Amino acid sequence: MSHLKAVASRTLQLALVLWAVVTILFLMFRLMPGNPMAAYIDPTFTVEQQQALMAQFGLDKPLWEQYFIYLGNLLQGELGQSFRYREPVAERIFALLPNTLILTFSSLFVAYAFGILAGAYLAWRRGSAVENAAIPLVLMTRAMPEFWLGMVLLAVFSFWLGWFPAGGTRPAGADYDSLWALYTSRDFLSYLALPALTLAIYSQGLPLLLMRSNMLDVMKEDFVTMARIKGLSNWTVVVRHAARNALLPVMTSFAIAVGYQLQGNVVVESIFSWPGLGRELVNAVSASDYPLAQGAFLMIAVVVILMNLIADMLYALLDPRISHA
Amino acid sequence: MHDLALQKPGLVGRMFRSLKLPLSDPFAVFGLAVYATFLLTAIFADAIAPYDPTEILYTPEYELASDLRPGEQGFILGTTSLGRDIFSQIVYGTRSALIIGITAAFMVALIGSVVGLVSGYFGGWVDAVLMRLADIAFGIPFLPFVIVLAAFLEPSIWNVVLAMALVLWRDTGRVIRSQVLTLRSRGYVDAARVCGSSDLKIILRHIAPNILPLSFLYGSIAIGWAILTEASISFLGFGDPQSISWGYMLQDAFASQALAKQAYYWFVPPGICIILVVSAGFFITRGYENLLFPKLGR
Repeated sequence: MSHLKAVASRTLQLALVLWAVVTILFLMFRLMPGNPMAAYIDPTFTVEQQQALMAQFGLDKPLWEQYFIYLGNLLQGELGQSFRYREPVAERIFALLPNTLILTFSSLFVAYAFGILAGAYLAWRRGSAVENAAIPLVLMTRAMPEFWLGMVLLAVFSFWLGWFPAGGTRPAGADYDSLWALYTSRDFLSYLALPALTLAIYSQGLPLLLMRSNMLDVMKEDFVTMARIKGLSNWTVVVRHAARNALLPVMTSFAIAVGYQLQGNVVVESIFSWPGLGRELVNAVSASDYPLAQGAFLMIAVVVILMNLIADMLYALLDPRISHA
Repeated sequence: MHDLALQKPGLVGRMFRSLKLPLSDPFAVFGLAVYATFLLTAIFADAIAPYDPTEILYTPEYELASDLRPGEQGFILGTTSLGRDIFSQIVYGTRSALIIGITAAFMVALIGSVVGLVSGYFGGWVDAVLMRLADIAFGIPFLPFVIVLAAFLEPSIWNVVLAMALVLWRDTGRVIRSQVLTLRSRGYVDAARVCGSSDLKIILRHIAPNILPLSFLYGSIAIGWAILTEASISFLGFGDPQSISWGYMLQDAFASQALAKQAYYWFVPPGICIILVVSAGFFITRGYENLLFPKLGR
């Protein structure tokens, strides 16, 4: 029962965090230097459009009243009109979200599959020359700027070897019947390969190091010693008994990694001209498209906060020993 | 005369000793050596760099010295498309990287330590408020936040420092708080309280010195974060166009088709410098972990 209560209180807490982030965003965009209406109204909009937006966001009302109108609009998914695209921000953002999620999840699946196996292997080979060389190398990959790694991969695999296209999601002029047809096409995979590899190389360090240190801890536990005493084979002990238990915290870190990954996406999407949320945020900020910038930021923040919540819940679910004191 | 020998070491000496530099770990020593090298390069940049990093250079034949390969015409690492010396840019880039890295790390470590000390020591509603603030900071995606901030502020290297000070104290603050929670119930703290020490004195004299290594540890992680963030921001074009940084060099190279030209000599060295400085921070951190948490036995 306390379990349910803990989940509820944690959800409430994160709802408060979300509210705080939304408020910070409101203040940032309204208190910026210059015309307070610039957050929603572009001078090139027609008079009717300007008046419609004035009414919708209450831009002629006092700040506190605007704040409540803003919250109300948010709850209805109303984020205003993009200056550049002349279409609702919410539509634009939901159209880009799948691209970002596909990139994030495909790179993280590769990173976690590799990181878990390599981490378990390194724990098993503890103290060997392989381990001594691998750990500093893994730390080095964590120290790389992701966009630099992307640049090197582009220069080698795209410009020199010509194996992969340099950017985008589809060949010029190609048209697909549906998004599904695009995402399942061979071309799409070749466009996805380099940005996903870039992000995967950067992210494999976290699961690898976590898996390794968990394995080292678990191998010292009594039940592993017991399994050895029972005369079970080395393979059975390592895989069936130790690895399964070491895996739990690594799996919960996946949700956190999704949140961190969304930050890395900002630069990697820009390098590979990947039409996702991060690149849109950068372009919107450079072009002073404030409603779009606000919407893209908010979407990224929502995913980060949601992933923090999921990580917490998974943690409690997978390891019942965690108390909710 | 002999009471001179009993004299306590000076304040600087005591501070240095309480940092507990991990000098027995070879990787940590390597990290400290990398820091020292880059620090010297930054200080003596004027003497080391053969050219002004923003100067447009010409060959003796009065042609623009653009896109020269390493070694050509005596340019150690070649030149950029605009005829600027890449080696000199690397050297001066060290300066802006370290200025940002050290100030941002100092801010993060300072704010995080103060929050952790106050939160952990006083507990109660102060603790509740500060930790909710930390929760909010954890809900802010950092790099997007810096980008949005850059939209409203003049392009400057200090935006990164400001954003880090506003957001990244959260990790340091939480860790130090939990450390303070275990420290404040120790016998010597109770003893100090019984002797009538004020809260401020207890915090500064008895608790703060014990968390100093942790602050330093998080500070050295923050140096890496700051340098990586500055590089990303400059790369995306929100940096200060007046100051040469490694991120700016990478942006310049990317925008000037260095990838298609296969000009590895242009965009590989700045990346290597970033990796060296940031991983040096990681190695020092690892050395500290062995020292602070010997039970981990890594």
